[in-house]
Amino acid sequence: MATSTTKALAGEEPPGPSRAGDGTETSRRRGAWLHRLDVKGAPYAFVAPFFVVFAAFSFYPLIYTSWISLHDVELATLDVMEWVAFDNYVELWGDSRFWNALQNTITIGIISTVPQLLMALGIAHLLNYRMRASLFFRVASLVPYATSVGAAALVFTMIFERDFGMINWGLGLVGVDPVNWEADKWPAQVAISTIVIWRWTGYNALLYLAAMQAIPADRYEAASLDGASRWQQFRHVTVPGIRSTIVFTIVLSTIGATQLFGEPLIFGQGPNGVTGGANNQYQTLGLLLYEEGWKNYQMGRSATVAWAMFMLLVLAFVAQRLIKRLRSRTS
Amino acid sequence: MGTLGSLRRKAVATAAAVGALSLVVGCSGDSDSVTGGSKDGDKVTITMGLFGVMGIKETGLLEEYEKNNPGVTIKAEIAGDEQTYYTALQTKLAAGKGLKDIQGIEIGRAKEITETRADMFADFSKVEGTDHFLPWKQSQITTEDGKVLGLGTDIGPMAVCYRKDYFEKAGLPTDREEVGKLWAGDWKKYVEVGRTFKKNFKGGDVAYTDSASGLFNAMVYGYPEQYYNEQGDLIYDKNPAVKDAWELASDAAEEDLTAKLRQFQPGWDPGLSNGTFATAVCPAWMLSHISEKAGEVNKGKWDVARAPKGANWGGSFLGVIEESPVKEEAQKLVAWLTAPEQQARIFKDLGNIPSSQQALEDPSVKAVKNDYFSGAPLGEIFGAAAQEIPDKQVLGRKDGTIKDTFSQGLALVEQGTPRDEAWKTTSERIQKAVR
Repeated sequence: MATSTTKALAGEEPPGPSRAGDGTETSRRRGAWLHRLDVKGAPYAFVAPFFVVFAAFSFYPLIYTSWISLHDVELATLDVMEWVAFDNYVELWGDSRFWNALQNTITIGIISTVPQLLMALGIAHLLNYRMRASLFFRVASLVPYATSVGAAALVFTMIFERDFGMINWGLGLVGVDPVNWEADKWPAQVAISTIVIWRWTGYNALLYLAAMQAIPADRYEAASLDGASRWQQFRHVTVPGIRSTIVFTIVLSTIGATQLFGEPLIFGQGPNGVTGGANNQYQTLGLLLYEEGWKNYQMGRSATVAWAMFMLLVLAFVAQRLIKRLRSRTS
Repeated sequence: MGTLGSLRRKAVATAAAVGALSLVVGCSGDSDSVTGGSKDGDKVTITMGLFGVMGIKETGLLEEYEKNNPGVTIKAEIAGDEQTYYTALQTKLAAGKGLKDIQGIEIGRAKEITETRADMFADFSKVEGTDHFLPWKQSQITTEDGKVLGLGTDIGPMAVCYRKDYFEKAGLPTDREEVGKLWAGDWKKYVEVGRTFKKNFKGGDVAYTDSASGLFNAMVYGYPEQYYNEQGDLIYDKNPAVKDAWELASDAAEEDLTAKLRQFQPGWDPGLSNGTFATAVCPAWMLSHISEKAGEVNKGKWDVARAPKGANWGGSFLGVIEESPVKEEAQKLVAWLTAPEQQARIFKDLGNIPSSQQALEDPSVKAVKNDYFSGAPLGEIFGAAAQEIPDKQVLGRKDGTIKDTFSQGLALVEQGTPRDEAWKTTSERIQKAVR
């Protein structure tokens, strides 16, 4: 990347000194030096703003968090830090709340991501057909994404409310007993996943749609000449054609699922949301981090959870790379 | 051209880099004063950091003070949520920056402040005219060596709010005097009335009380020692007061006397507006929430009766930052704001019960009645309840967290977890939280 940019830049600009027309040796040498600095240095200067901001707002916090996680610190006395080395990590490993939160994060992640991406694929496929008012449908599918987490979660919380919620009212109409959506483990996780699915399906569908429209039409023609049905076309032309987009959305959804926070917090309402329900039945890792930090005011332990989450993501991607490599070797 | 072009490009790049850097540096810009206040000749600016509805700004007291003290400007900043407010206050105290001259302190945080941040707050023990408070109120914000870190604003004496119409349908008395007599002296009687209510009430799906945790809090707050003893040791698992409250609240939960709601959370509000429960143990400051959420439709259906026993739930203080450039002026303002006359005015306007003994005895305070609650004489009821609050109340550093954890434990019982198991879970959680 860097070399090609340099070459391109060098190719565009003829060497400076010969045109500068000054003639003296020093100025020419200075010109050459400036030119070299420009060619070599300018790209770095151009990308610097991003990396400077990144360093200040991402890298420094990351390092500082790891430093805090090696201490016993309370929010009330942030200036008094007691060095405890890896005690916080050892403790977290043996803490049933951590494993519970990890399990919840994974289960909610699965019940929200899998249906979400499958539905997105289906919707994108349908939107890809010639149809009336297709623009309307495309815009409409993006509206949930433009809604704030807070608003969406709050509305869904009301819909899933135990005594006066719309869903329990509907269930009552068909003679089904009301479900205690918040207090029971699986209903709660399904309800939270519903919020996530509602918000993100349209967004993913549009990503898929964009990728689908880039597939050349002659592939479909060729497939139909070969006698492929619509379903077969979808499986053998569309899906392979948007494969990289699918991988991209899976990566994004996985990151999103690991950091799931706002939806369960609002769904549980107040202090009850922070612990993910009275029985921690839907406490995600993000909520555990929040509970340690902003309910128990234990910054060290909170930072430890943050790093554990980060390590989990790293682990997930290493595993994914390994699997990919193994698969490409066997095939 | 090349040199010029490259020079220009370099200049742009440098400018971009410098711009980005200055963006970053700009964030760490700081002022030299610890607090926001300032003094310039006769002109004094005092800043305040408050939370919730403390009634200081809402009742126009600040404007009045400015009018009576020319040259004084007061800037008050109010955070809606106390938890958010306190989180920010903690960071600011740790950094020694961004503070206001006057900071509000909620009762649940008083102990932590007196234990860890006493040096940041100015001493009120020598300020004149501050001896009118209830005896226990000021002791909560006093350090071991006698430094008084703030002055009290309101307190939270308890009563029981009840629905007259539901009581009538259950064949119970509706007059507040008689209702009070039903359970006078013992919370067990309150639960006993609940059993009668459940048995006799005809007319739909109405629970006796909103939540088991409301009952639990009311009982626990009636004792001098709650989760901690005076030495600061955690005694919640040995304290009979906590254990009794747990058992009785669990009884109510298991016998289905509660509506299984969570107080102050959105699910509680439709319960109020649709009337799914007949009583709620209510500290004084809860009344405004009930009248607002239950709405005009239910006006006159609610009434207020004396609670079985006195207890205090909530209340706040105002402290002044030691290093404030306007320390004395700020202390003067706080003393004025918490003086009996001003506390009485806040009570009449908003219903926050004064922490000043003198204000509580004021005839105009005693005469206050409330239309929404069927004309209940709130001044009389809560004034009397305030006198019943134990003269000593030991606070602990993590009282707030422990209270929330117990509320959750009782929610578990309400959801069908056996009470012993729920107690065990709660105890484990507390151990993890306070460590």
